[in-house]
Formats: sequence, structure tokens, C-alpha cells
Amino acid sequence: MNIVVLVKQVPDSGSERALRDSDKTVDRESASLVINEMDEYAIEEALQLRDAQGGEVTILTMGPDRATETIRKALSMGPDRAVHISDEALHGACAPQTSLVLAKALEQLEWDLVISGAESTDGRVSVMPAMLAERLNVPQLTGARKLTVDGAKLTIERQTEDGYEIVEAEGKAIVSVWDTINEPRYPSFKGIMQAKSKPVETKSLADLGISPDEVGLANATSEVLEFSPRPPKGAGVKVTDEGDGAQKLVEFLASQKIV
Amino acid sequence: MAEVLVVVEHLEGAPKKVTFEMLTAARALGEPSAVVFGAPGTADKLTEKLGEFGAQKVYVAESDDITGYLVAPKAEVLASLVERTQPAAVLLASSSEGKEVAGRLAIKIGSGIITGATEVAADGTATQVIFAGAVIVKSKVRTGTPIITVTPNAVTPVPAPATPQTEAVEVAVSDNAKLARVVDRKVESAGSRPELSEASIVVSGGRGVGSADNFSVIEGLADSLGAAVGASRAATDSGFYPHQFQVGQTGKTVSPQLYMAIGISGAIQHRAGMQTSKTIVAVNKDEEAPIFELADFGVVGDLFKVVPDATEQIKARKG
Ligand SMILES: Cc1cc2nc3c(=O)[nH]c(=O)nc-3n(C[C@H](O)[C@H](O)[C@H](O)COP(=O)(O)OP(=O)(O)OC[C@H]3O[C@@H](n4cnc5c(N)ncnc54)[C@H](O)[C@@H]3O)c2cc1C
Repeated sequence: MNIVVLVKQVPDSGSERALRDSDKTVDRESASLVINEMDEYAIEEALQLRDAQGGEVTILTMGPDRATETIRKALSMGPDRAVHISDEALHGACAPQTSLVLAKALEQLEWDLVISGAESTDGRVSVMPAMLAERLNVPQLTGARKLTVDGAKLTIERQTEDGYEIVEAEGKAIVSVWDTINEPRYPSFKGIMQAKSKPVETKSLADLGISPDEVGLANATSEVLEFSPRPPKGAGVKVTDEGDGAQKLVEFLASQKIV
Repeated sequence: MAEVLVVVEHLEGAPKKVTFEMLTAARALGEPSAVVFGAPGTADKLTEKLGEFGAQKVYVAESDDITGYLVAPKAEVLASLVERTQPAAVLLASSSEGKEVAGRLAIKIGSGIITGATEVAADGTATQVIFAGAVIVKSKVRTGTPIITVTPNAVTPVPAPATPQTEAVEVAVSDNAKLARVVDRKVESAGSRPELSEASIVVSGGRGVGSADNFSVIEGLADSLGAAVGASRAATDSGFYPHQFQVGQTGKTVSPQLYMAIGISGAIQHRAGMQTSKTIVAVNKDEEAPIFELADFGVVGDLFKVVPDATEQIKARKG
């Protein structure tokens, strides 16, 4: 079973993140950049399937040159190779454009399954797997907390707002996973060393047959008009419980007309 | 005035609050037309309520094909409705499914999409709060019919009584939209408590609660306030509380009037799900816990002392 895992480089959600004043895109220069946490669960799921059923795992990343660091990190967990789509013209791409690029790249690869994280920690848009399923005309098995592969039949437990659903499909499919699905492995020292020599193929827009005027900030389907830091909350009140903590708490709730 | 399509969010015919919030937001953009998806018989239960919040029309797309296949049939029906009605915008809830339907629709009709809007202005400008609540962004769709998903609990629903016209929509789902079959659907309900993403008060417990049994302390406080119960990921991962109640980046996003974080340190991934709450209260024994940075009121102390005591006092006040 050949699996492609979509991996995105994002600013670390555990540190300060910002937009750039110049063009209102995510500031990647000053941020510490990491692999999107949820994608590690996608990689783990792919590796477990490969190890059980054979085949290859390919990492597919769209991102600037710097994303190579993230690709090597992903490879150090155990995937076999990577494809990196990098092109100046992609800067500021919106979600529909990104899905176009990834769909074209997927058309050039041999795969049975695409697995991605259910959302990225920067945009939290969570539409990419659905958009790809739409473009590629393959089943969408998204939001999985469990994936079962039985021959050509795929079954997921899909997490929903109200509980879960059992969803099934046959053949090639796009699966997206939540962090409830598994426990990603840590890269071993050997894995880190091997990752350095694994093949990473770089592709440009021209390689994918996409014209630069179909993508990028200037052609994006939506536009950021303005942004501002959220006004900091005024410093709150902090009391230390000396037997009267509950009373003070309830008095506060009363002052807010809650009780 | 142009129509604005509002995709109704409901659980088996019971409307979710976000539906009324979307109808309210839609009125700034044009005439709200509700779109009901579901099994046959669903819209009957909803129409009157949709009218109360200003729906001028209700498009009824009822079919077992809608419920039997994942996401794609809804996008297909919406695409044909958009083509026919030329709406000013399409609004959906910013739930996992709402966003996915929006995503597929965007590709089908060649439109731009904005997710997680907390506000929508008359000119279609959407406000979003990003990066765990640190930055406010105003964006606009500039290609095609704007598709906007709206965050629950952000817009205040305002009634505007109308008597909606209902119109049955033909549901002819193509084979391409039937690739992923929904074979079973399980509701894990919150029991008698309000639903987490809609609740006006949320009381959440974290690792500090220590065990599943101890969560009764959190539930007790929640029940005294008529609140929903939430949990941090450390609490759900440790099996203290079921996963669907997790608040945060990979759980639910809540934006209640009051959020109480009990035995929760306030990691950035937790904040991502609760930072836009109106009032935040924290109880934590560590006075350095980062949750205090965003708390309007914090108690440094042992939750097992403070919380049961507070619960009793609240009950006493309420009589
Ligand atoms: C990709 C990713 C996604 C994540 N998504 C989420 C998410 O959606 N939601 C989420 O919550 N987390 C998420 N996390 C995890 C997050 O980083 C934190 O680990 C988690 O929020 C910590 O939960 P906690 O505050 O309950 O536990 P801890 O950080 O262990 O804090 C426990 C707190 O309880 C206090 N305490 C202990 N005993 C008592 C007592 N008796 N009385 C009072 N206080 C007490 C302690 O002082 C401490 O502050 C995510 C992490 C990653 C990497």
C-alpha cells in the first residue's frame, strides 16, 4: 500500500505568532517553525499501515525552501521519501489554491491512500482534505479517531460535534486524522541519520503545469484587509485562599450577575 | 435584496443555537434563506423556529442520500442552489462538517472561503480571531460568492419574526458524491447539561482534578450554575473525562459568558479553545500558573477545598 502523507510547516503554536505588516501573511521569518503537530499522527498512522502491509510512505509538502527542515524531521520518523513543492509564486496562497497545487502533485504520484492531519495549528481552516477529495474525485474519510484497512475497504470512526460516525469507502481515499488516533513515535538516532540521505524531490509550479497567475497572494480568493493584536485583558484579581477563597469567588460571580 | 443562504445546523431536527446566530448575522448581508439538510421530515420541526430569527425562505433538502453519505451530497445541493439563487453569501457553522461542506462548495463554485468568523459586516467583511486569540483579523472573499463559516457563540442571536416560505429542493445526488458511506451515527450526549459549544457557562477540569471520580467536584459546580462541563487534554488523555468534552486547539472551541478553569495550567493549546470567553475564572494551587494571566478572577488554592465550598454557597444563594 503506497501512502502519501501531507505535511505542513507551521509557526510553533507554543510560541508567539504574528502576521507580517508588509503583506499580512503569516510571519515565518521570525517564528520558530515546526512540523504541524497533527501531521505527526498522520505519519504514524501511515507508518503502521506500511509496516503491516508493505509499500512506501511519501511525504508531500508545499512550502518555502525553509520547509526542508520540517521534511527532514518528518522523514526521521520513518517515511521513505518526500516531494517538496516550492515556488516563489506560491507565497500567500489561499486554501483553494493550495488544494489545486496539492491535487496536481498527487496526480503525479502513485498512491492508494492520502493521510493528513485534521487541521493545521496556524490557520485551523481544516478544509484541505475535503477540497482534495472534491478535486480528485475520491472518497473523503475525514476526522478519523480510528482507521481500519481491510483489503480495499476502509472504515473510519469519524469524530463529530455530537459523538462519532462510522464511515466506509473502497479504493483510493483521502483520510484525515485527529490526535486521538495513535501515539506518534519519536525519531530514533538511526532515523535521524537515515533521513539525511532519503530522496527529496523538489517541484516547481511549472513541473505541476500550473501557471503563476493562478496562485499566490495577488490572485488569492480571499484577502486580509487589516489585523490587530487582540486588546490585552485588563489585569484580573488574584486572591490566595485562606479559607475564604470560595466566598470571594462567589462574591465575584455575584458582582458579574452570574449568581 | 439578495438572498443569503444559511445552512441550518441541527441535531436530528433540534436546532443548534449557532443557526440563530447565523440567521442574525445573515440579516446584515441580505434576506436570510435557511437551507435544511436531513432525513425526510426534518424541516417540519425547524421551520417555525427559523422564522422567529428572520428566515424568509426555507429550502428543504431532505433525502436519505443526504444523511447516508458524508459531506459531498450537501456540497452538491448547495452548489445548485447557489447557481439558481445567486446569493450574496453562503453561511455555515464553523463545525468540522460545516467547514468541510464549505470547502467542497468553494471548489465546486470557484469561490473563496473564510472560516471561523466571529462577526460578519454588511459588506461581507468577516472578523476572525487567530493564533490562540492573540490577533484579530478582518478578511474578505474576493472571488465568487463569499462562503463564510461562523463560530458558535460569537454572534448574539436576535429574533426578527417572519413567516418563511418553504420550498422543497430536488436532491439528485450524483454517484461521485456517494463515495463515503455513513453506516452508523452515535450521539454521545452531554445528558441534561447544556451543549459545550453553546453553553453560556463552562466549567472545565484539568489534570489537577486527579481522577475520573474526582470529576464529580467539577460536575457539582457546573450543575449549581447550569453550566456545561469541559476538560483539558491532560484530563481527557488520562481518562478522567470523555474526549468529546475536551476544550482547546484539538478539542472544542468555546466562547461562553463565563469560563471556569479548575486545575488547568493554561497551556497555549488549551487557551486556543477558550481565550475569547467573556469572563474567565481560574482555581489553581500554583500561583505561577499561566492561566492566571488571562483570568479576570483567580483563586490560588486547593481546588478540593475551594470548589465544593463555592458550590454550596452558590446553591445557598440560589435557594
Ligand atoms: C498538538 C497539541 C494539541 C493540543 N491540544 C490541546 C487541547 O485541545 N486542549 C488542551 O487542554 N490541551 C491540549 N494540548 C495539551 C497542552 O499542551 C497541555 O498539555 C494541557 O492543556 C495540560 O492540561 P492541564 O492544564 O489539565 O494539565 P497540567 O498542565 O498538568 O496542569 C495541571 C494544573 O493543575 C494544578 N493543580 C494540581 N492539583 C491541584 C489542586 N489540588 N488544586 C488546584 N490546582 C491543582 C497544577 O498547579 C497545574 O497548574 C495539546 C498539545 C499538543 C502538542
